[in-house]
Amino acid sequence: MNGIHDLGGRDGLGAVAPPESEPVWKAEWEKHAHTFFPLAFKAGMFGVDQFRFGMELIPPVHYLTSPYYEHWVDSVAYHGERTGFWTAEEIEKRYQHYLSNPDEPLPPDQDPDGELIAFLNAAIPAGVPAGRDTGKAAKFSVGDTVTVTSDAPRGHTRKASYIRGRTGVVVLAHGEMIYPDTAGNNQGEAPEHVYTVQFTNEELWGAEAAEPNGTVTFDVWEPYIRPAA
Amino acid sequence: MSTTEKATHQEQIAARVKAIESLMIEKGLMTTAAVDRLAEIYENEVGPQLGAKVVAKAWTDPDFKKRLLENASTACAEMGIGGLQGEDMVAVENTDDLHHVIVCTLCSCYPWPVMGLPPNWYKEPAYRARVVREPRKVLSEEFGLDVPDSVEVRVWDSSSEMRYWVLPQRPAGTDGFTEEQLAALVTRESMIGVAYAKQP
Repeated sequence: MNGIHDLGGRDGLGAVAPPESEPVWKAEWEKHAHTFFPLAFKAGMFGVDQFRFGMELIPPVHYLTSPYYEHWVDSVAYHGERTGFWTAEEIEKRYQHYLSNPDEPLPPDQDPDGELIAFLNAAIPAGVPAGRDTGKAAKFSVGDTVTVTSDAPRGHTRKASYIRGRTGVVVLAHGEMIYPDTAGNNQGEAPEHVYTVQFTNEELWGAEAAEPNGTVTFDVWEPYIRPAA
Repeated sequence: MSTTEKATHQEQIAARVKAIESLMIEKGLMTTAAVDRLAEIYENEVGPQLGAKVVAKAWTDPDFKKRLLENASTACAEMGIGGLQGEDMVAVENTDDLHHVIVCTLCSCYPWPVMGLPPNWYKEPAYRARVVREPRKVLSEEFGLDVPDSVEVRVWDSSSEMRYWVLPQRPAGTDGFTEEQLAALVTRESMIGVAYAKQP
């Protein structure tokens, strides 16, 4: 979707202003929000592509101005409702309750066998690989010159606006991986070959605006590209 | 809190997180013990000290460096490093002619197993928007890093599950340093590409 999350190349967003140092978690709730991600995944609410789409659906002003981990909370709330774990009314009722009773403790843990901690201990070092091998032949090779299609899907995609219609060179080929344009839209993995394409600054921004001697690489799935004309 | 008081945004988010968490706990999908464990992992176990060890080894062991540049995931696995959000890693080497910098313009993708969780500025809009369009200006104005025009600046936008990170150049004056001494010169920022490794 042409959402505000698709930020590459936008102007006017101000200073980066990195602080000297900062804690991993800026507030207690951020730890809890982070833990939603692996455990809601384990519960079957989403895969990583769906999780990202949940964040892309956040209204633009809120997306740009809210603390980072609130994006995760919004996506988990959306997918929990979508998959039938709760209703918006249930969340709202409990939200009002905890807003009025902020110090009330959470319900007691129910995990007598420690299954959830065992899951974290296993999944974090092992990861959840997105690579797949269906045996499909790759249509492109390193060195090929390719153009990104200009289609602008309304659902989830990883085809950023700033590379659409642009021409670059394939510099790496990674094999098949889960395809975000199906997986993120609840339509399954449908793996496609992934390539890294390198674009010159001039191709992306025009000769007048481009910085000298620079390139950007961007990973594309095979359906995103065509042989350059 | 009475209805006449206005909750701060932080109080509102904290209440919303509790609302969702209470539902997940009642369904047996989450525990506060799991929150403590996850925080322990990313506060004390998985952080940029791991990537620094990998870089120091690459600086001192040419065969390892070759394996790292061929396949960063399998090379890191030799050192017991890998996992979530770094299943498929690519290390890109800075040279006298080439300076790399990483970003995720579409969200916040970052190689957690070697660098821990990303700093907030990496996840926020300004860096994501600007670094693909004016990387030299961002490096210079925001990070005090002036890359000469003779050096190509290559920005890696992590749009897929491939996770790129930078193998910085070994600083001069470090001949004979141990891997441990070298690792102390490798910062998170040097593996993002917004800084060089520290001078001894």
